[in-house]
Amino acid sequence: MKNKTEENINDSEPNKETPAYSGVLAVKVDDLTVAYNYKPVLWDIDLEIPEGVLMAIVGPNGAGKSTLIKSILSILKPIAGSVTIYGKPYDKQRKLVAYVPQKGSVDWDFPTTALDVVMMGTYGSLGWIKRPRQKEKKAALEALEKVGMLAFKSRQISQLSGGQQQRIFLARALVQNASIYFMDEPFQGVDATTEIAIINILKELRKAGKTVIVVHHDLQTVPEYFDWVTFLNVKKIATGPVKDIFNDDNLTKTYGINYKVSIQE
Amino acid sequence: MDITEYFSLVFTDYTLRTITLGTALLGAVTGMLGSFAVLRKQSLLGDAISHAALPGIAIAFLITGAKDSNILLLGALVSGLVGTFWIRAIITKTHLKSDTALGLILSLFFGFGMLLLTFIQKQPNANQAGLDKYLFGQAATLVESDVWMMAIVTGICLFVLLLFWKEFKTLLFDADYTKTLGFNTKFIDILITTFIVLAIVLGLQTVGVVLMSAMLLAPAAAARQWTNSLATMVFLAAIFGAFSGVFGTAISASQNNLSTGPVIVLVAAVFVVFSFIFSPSRGLLFKQIRFIKNRRDLELHKTLAFMHHIAETHENISHPHAIKLLNNFQGFTKKTLQKLVEKNYATIDGSMWSLTDLGFETAANLYTKQSTEDE
Repeated sequence: MKNKTEENINDSEPNKETPAYSGVLAVKVDDLTVAYNYKPVLWDIDLEIPEGVLMAIVGPNGAGKSTLIKSILSILKPIAGSVTIYGKPYDKQRKLVAYVPQKGSVDWDFPTTALDVVMMGTYGSLGWIKRPRQKEKKAALEALEKVGMLAFKSRQISQLSGGQQQRIFLARALVQNASIYFMDEPFQGVDATTEIAIINILKELRKAGKTVIVVHHDLQTVPEYFDWVTFLNVKKIATGPVKDIFNDDNLTKTYGINYKVSIQE
Repeated sequence: MDITEYFSLVFTDYTLRTITLGTALLGAVTGMLGSFAVLRKQSLLGDAISHAALPGIAIAFLITGAKDSNILLLGALVSGLVGTFWIRAIITKTHLKSDTALGLILSLFFGFGMLLLTFIQKQPNANQAGLDKYLFGQAATLVESDVWMMAIVTGICLFVLLLFWKEFKTLLFDADYTKTLGFNTKFIDILITTFIVLAIVLGLQTVGVVLMSAMLLAPAAAARQWTNSLATMVFLAAIFGAFSGVFGTAISASQNNLSTGPVIVLVAAVFVVFSFIFSPSRGLLFKQIRFIKNRRDLELHKTLAFMHHIAETHENISHPHAIKLLNNFQGFTKKTLQKLVEKNYATIDGSMWSLTDLGFETAANLYTKQSTEDE
């Protein structure tokens, strides 16, 4: 009896949820090395991300978190290494992957509306030249509703608050109806309301069997929001279920001040 | 010839018609493409490209010895493209920032071009006169075939723009994201840049190397002020550009000896200044007016709130109080009180004031109303 009550409590705690780990690998990264100049930003990264996890990538500034995502998505060209999505090269699997860039990476004074930005999420499946039609518009409106931004659909994007802009970016990725979502600091500079809205959407995605990978800065919320975590500091420190590896040892290894990597190694 | 005479002649006179059509087309196509340059924060690219085209003109002349404008512009196109790709190479391969790369290529190519021009002028070839028209442009030398050329390029440009509209738009807004969608962003990028170079080269004969970038930027900068839609912006920029061409030609034709290129650019500048000041949403004038009005409203509301605060202390809300009391409140003036009376929020009786029911209620709801309006 005692065990059962414990289980119930465990079930109600988000951090103790068993990840829907089916044994299928959503993303596999092998020997990934990336350098901007001479100094490697990422060194020999091997990473296996099982399907259905909600994973945080944590690490100090300059640890290569964004670079890792950008390299997986072929935005940056790695020096070495390979990436497969469900066993095939990323290039063949683009439609399974959606990307939420950092909010600050674009100019929000661009002359366009919230709906227009979300519509961009449909462009990938449309392909070259074809115009979005009613079907695409409907999908975009649905995504806007999911992030609670339907009322702002005609708003010029510069007139949205930071949190609203982040939600627009999220909606744009949702429209892609992908299997794997990569998000670069979606919680940066958003208020509590938006943070809750975003995390609810992430959890919904996981419930639907999607894999979500999030670059995350707030260590406090890792156990609460995520079930999988990767510690990164140029090298991969550890990756696995939060309840197993989210501990002081790994945190010190990742954030410790003496940690250094060089090519000579 | 005065301006009315110009407009009566423009449809019948061959030269005037040719020049007007040419400058209008040029303005339209550079306005369209300029929108993209401005939104990509590559405003200076046009300047660099037009200057980079100069050595091409000189080299084309040196090789062929002919002054056929199509051949010279072909040379300009080649060296303009070379300059553009060097700029891109410098930005991607070195640590230099884009403004440095642009400035470097601009001055290098222009210097080299000037060197070649002076060299050509020293040649005993009688044919060499007139190459310097590409420096400041000479619209009067436009002939019908030039205009046809511009019409064709404008047509192709418009077609490509409509065809790849969605690709252009996403690339301009978020290049990395566009890449993840599976689009070849390099191709889209090269397509845009090539058309920008093409438009600039087309304008060299009319406006000249030195002023060409203004044709690219001014209509786009003006158009941005009036709209929050990319399509409208591109369309408006084309219209502004075309009108600058027509008005510029009209003014220069009606005033003897005024060079057309600079006048066109000045007309475009007038569009810019006008737009910066008078655009309803982004213009300086209305921004200031809105700012002042908001301040006045806030002052009024704060005064009302202060009065509400006093009136609250009495059981009877319409109990009169001395106007003197209001002097304790910093934002208070006789005028605001007058305004409150006009709005039926308060009444004045001699040196006493009292809130009306309406005023009391409005004041009580001020804060909640303010916060709902915010969101």
